[in-house]
Amino acid sequence: MSKKPSATAEKKDAESAASVSPAANVGINQKLTKDDRIDLFRMMMRIRRFEERSLRAYQAKKIGGFLHLYIGQEAVAVGSCSLMGKNDHVFTAYRDHGHAIAVGMGVNELMAELYGKATGCSKGKGGSMHYFAPDRNFWGGHGIVGGQIPLGTGLAYALKYKNIKGAAMAFMGDGAVNQGAVHEAYNLASLWQLPVVFVIENNGYSMGTSQERSSAGELAKRAEGYNMAWGTCDGHDLYDVRAVMDKFLRAAREESKPSVVEVRTYRYRGHSVADPDNTYRAKAEIEEYRRTKDPIQVFQHQLVAEGVLDEALIEKIDQAARAEAEAAAEFAEASPYPTVDDIQKDVYWEADNPSERKSKGRLFFD
Amino acid sequence: MPVISYREAIRHALAEELERDANVVVLGEEVAQFNGAYKVTEGLLAKFGPNRIVDTPISEAGFIGMGVGASMLGIRPVMELMFWSFYSVAFDQILNNAANVRYMSGGLINCPIVIRGPANGGTNVGATHSHTPENVLANHPGVKVVVPSTPSDAKGLLKSAIRDNDPVFFLENTILYGDKGEVPEGEHVIPLGVADVKRAGTDLTIVTYGRSVLHSLAAADLLQKEHDVSAEVVDLRTIRPLDIDTVLASVAKTHRVLIVEEQKPFASVGSQLAYMIQREAFDELDAPIHRLTTVDAPAIYSPPIEAEQLPNPQRVLKAALELMA
Repeated sequence: MSKKPSATAEKKDAESAASVSPAANVGINQKLTKDDRIDLFRMMMRIRRFEERSLRAYQAKKIGGFLHLYIGQEAVAVGSCSLMGKNDHVFTAYRDHGHAIAVGMGVNELMAELYGKATGCSKGKGGSMHYFAPDRNFWGGHGIVGGQIPLGTGLAYALKYKNIKGAAMAFMGDGAVNQGAVHEAYNLASLWQLPVVFVIENNGYSMGTSQERSSAGELAKRAEGYNMAWGTCDGHDLYDVRAVMDKFLRAAREESKPSVVEVRTYRYRGHSVADPDNTYRAKAEIEEYRRTKDPIQVFQHQLVAEGVLDEALIEKIDQAARAEAEAAAEFAEASPYPTVDDIQKDVYWEADNPSERKSKGRLFFD
Repeated sequence: MPVISYREAIRHALAEELERDANVVVLGEEVAQFNGAYKVTEGLLAKFGPNRIVDTPISEAGFIGMGVGASMLGIRPVMELMFWSFYSVAFDQILNNAANVRYMSGGLINCPIVIRGPANGGTNVGATHSHTPENVLANHPGVKVVVPSTPSDAKGLLKSAIRDNDPVFFLENTILYGDKGEVPEGEHVIPLGVADVKRAGTDLTIVTYGRSVLHSLAAADLLQKEHDVSAEVVDLRTIRPLDIDTVLASVAKTHRVLIVEEQKPFASVGSQLAYMIQREAFDELDAPIHRLTTVDAPAIYSPPIEAEQLPNPQRVLKAALELMA
C-alpha cells in the first residue's frame, strides 16, 4: 500500500533525524555554495516525489511490468552524480530512476517511459529498468543483476584507451556482489588499472534475502582479493556519500585507480512494487529507518542547522517537486504509444540508416 | 592473386583494419604474446603493440562485457573467443547486453563490436568444445551472424564486420584455418548478407554455409561424375542478414533443395531456411525439402565416429540421392 508522507509527518521525522553530518566539513562539501546545497536537497526531493507519483500510476495500472523504487536511497545517486565531471560516466542496475534524475534526465521522458509511451526516454522500448541518456553520460539502466558491471568496466577501458581523464561509476546492489561477472570485472579493472569506481548500494536485501543470508564477509572488502582500494560510507548522509565518493573518483580520474565503495543504505519499498514485503523484514525495521535515517530528512535537518533551508523554502521545494511529478504523469498520460510499426525500429543501426546501409539481405523475419 | 590460408586471410583483415582505424582493438585469450591459440593473430602484437593487441585473462563474461561497454564509447573491439563454445559463459553479455542495448535505449546507443572465433565440431574435443551456435545467435534480433567458408570470404567479410555499426558475430572453423585459396590483397570487402553460388548446377540446390560448403562441393563433384546429377551449391556466407533471394533464384532453377549444415537439427538455421523456401517458393518445389545435419546427439569424442556424426561428402551424397530418387 502506498502511504503518502505528509509534510507534517516529515517535519516530525526531521526532529528525530541524525545529528549534523561530520562529513559537512570535508573539502568537497565545504566548497558547496548555499545554492548548491539547496539544489542537492531539491534533487533528492524530486526523485522522491517522482517515484511516489510513479507508484500511484502503477497502482492505477498505468505502468506495466516491474517498478523498482529507489525511495530511501536517494542520497547515494544524488551524492555520487553531483561529483560528475564532463568525462565521468554512470552505469547502474534496474533500480535506476534516481540515477537518471540525478544525471539530469527530465522527469517527463522518464515518466512517459514508465507509461510505455513514444515520448519516453527509450521511446517506450525499455521501461523502468532500462533508462539511458548517453548525452548525459548515463549508460543505463540494466536488468540482469551484475550484468552491467563488465559494461562499466569497458567504459573505463575506453576512457583509458582514448587518454581521457575521467571515471566510470558502476553501481550495483548488494545482491550483485555474488555474481561471477562482477568478480571478473573486478579482476580486469585491477589488472589493467582502469578508472572505475564500483559502487555497492547495500540496502540490506537482495530481493527478499538479507545480506547475512546471501553474502559471506564484508562486501567491499572483497576488493582486497583483487588488490583494489575500498571504502564504505553512510548512504543516509549525502555529505558522507560525496566525501567518500570524491576520494575514490579522484583516484580513478587522476591515477587511474579502480576501487570498490560500499554504501550503506535502505529501501522502504519492496524489491519491486510486486513484492508484498511481509516475509523477510519487520515493518518496525522500515519505520525505524524512516524515522531516524531518511536521507532527505537527514539532509534537511543538516541544511536547516546550517541556516540554508527554512520551512518556507522546504515547502516550496516540496510543492514544486510534487507539481513536477504530477505534470510528468499528465505528460505521460497525454503522450501517444509507439505504433506497431515502431516495434522493428531501433533494432539495427543499419535498418534505421538505410541510406548508409552496406549489408544486403533480410535483417528481419516473419 | 596471392594464395594464402584462411587463418592468414583473417589476420590480414585484422591488420588492415587495425591500420585503418585507431579505434579498432583486438582482445582475447592468448591473442598477443602467445600469438593466438590458433595463430590467427600471429605477429600482430609485434606490429601494433600491447595497446591494440591485448591478452585477456580466461574470463569471457568479464572481457566480452568489457568490450561491449567500450564499444558504446566508440571503440571497435574485435574480441576473440578461443572457441565459440565458450560463449555460454558470456551469454548474458553477448545476447542481453550487446544484442539489446540499441533497442532498449530507443536507438541512442550503438554496439559496434565483433566477436570472432572458431565454432565447429570435427576435432575430437568432445561436446563442450564443439558447439555451433549460429542459430542461437541469429535468433536474437539486433545481431549479425557470419560464417565464412573460404579464405577470400573470411577476409572480405571480416573487414565488413569490423566496419559495421551493429554487433557482428563471426564464426570461423579450426579445420579450415590451414585451407588455402586466392585472396585479393588490400581493400577486399564483401558486404554482409550476400550469398555466393559456389558451383552452378541445374538438378538440385544445396544450400549450405561454413565447412559444409566444402563437403557439399565434394559431393557435387561425385554426383556429377558418378550419377550425372548437376548440383548447384549456394553458400549463404551470412546467416543474418540472410540473402534468401539468391536461394530462391536457385530453387526456381533446380526445383529441389537439400540443406546441409553442421547444426543439430532441432530449430537449426536449416529449419528457418526450409520454412522460408516452402513459404516463398512452394510452387517451385518438385520434392519435399531435404536436410542433412549433424546426427542429433552431443558431439561424440571417438574420432572416426565423429566424422560420421558430422556432415561429410558421403553423407551429403547419400542425402542428395535420396532427394533425387
